[in-house]
Amino acid sequence: MSRAVRWWVLGAGTAGVGLVLLLAFLQMPSFGSSHHPYRDAAVPAAVAHGTANVVGSVTFDQRGIDTLGEEAIFFGSVLAVLVLLRPEDEEEPRPEEGSLAPLQSTRLFGYLLLPLSLITGLDIVAHGHVTPGGGFQGGIMLATALHLVYVAGRYRSLEQLRPMPLFESGEAAGVAAFTALGFAGIAVTGSFLANFLPYGTFGQILSAGTVPLLNIAVGVAVGSGGIVLLGQFFTQVFLADREKGSGS
Amino acid sequence: MSVLIAVVLTLVLVCGALVVFTGNVQRQAVTLSLYGLLMTLLFVLLSAPDVALSQVVAGTAVVPLMVLLTYRKIRGLR
Repeated sequence: MSRAVRWWVLGAGTAGVGLVLLLAFLQMPSFGSSHHPYRDAAVPAAVAHGTANVVGSVTFDQRGIDTLGEEAIFFGSVLAVLVLLRPEDEEEPRPEEGSLAPLQSTRLFGYLLLPLSLITGLDIVAHGHVTPGGGFQGGIMLATALHLVYVAGRYRSLEQLRPMPLFESGEAAGVAAFTALGFAGIAVTGSFLANFLPYGTFGQILSAGTVPLLNIAVGVAVGSGGIVLLGQFFTQVFLADREKGSGS
Repeated sequence: MSVLIAVVLTLVLVCGALVVFTGNVQRQAVTLSLYGLLMTLLFVLLSAPDVALSQVVAGTAVVPLMVLLTYRKIRGLR
């Protein structure tokens, strides 16, 4: 494609998106107004199912099928990274000898923040139906937290704490559990991802029916997927061509 | 509150431009992380704590980390 054609394609696309956005903005309620038709529908629906975190109710109860779609997208993306970043035959792990030991203060903060981040991540997954957060936020936090071991120590210590096959299965198991809860909804009430469990007491840890279970499923899937994803990137950095010797 | 939102929105705008005009990729990961932090602040001010949590973990930690790792890999190949 020549440069002029590219500019024309870009121009047409920008004009189209711009027009649609302009039309949408003209119809929007003014900023900060009290007119919220979606809120007026979503909040009573969340309260009726004993879910204190309305966003969690929208994500896992009212629009659960959308979240399953997002789960599938995340699963597919991690799978694509696994395939694209797989080590080639002539590549082998590069010894870490060249890397400098981290600063003492970095080590201290890493080891202090590791348990704190892990507990925060678990808390965000477990209370996703009561307070802001949920499986995605907590899962990513758990996956990131594990990498503090790398920040504070050496890559080898992270590798020992990170059995990849376990996390690869964990990601699949999380997505499978989400789907299974969807089919359980069909079996009990006749509709996919229906909230078929008792709603419990509003605001308590045992409430919101299937929402906390779906949060845990997403937490396991996203947490494991995040570790696998970052692991592939790390493996690539620590690979070196046998022919060329060590890289950077 | 709306003054605070206007201030943070302006900072987001400035920092967004900063990310675009940072030439060095390693420095860009840092400005991108800062941009993520400002977006988190904006979402908190707009009463969207769920989105703020997603933003703080993905936008300030995971994405800049992936940028840095990719850069190191590519530099090693040269």
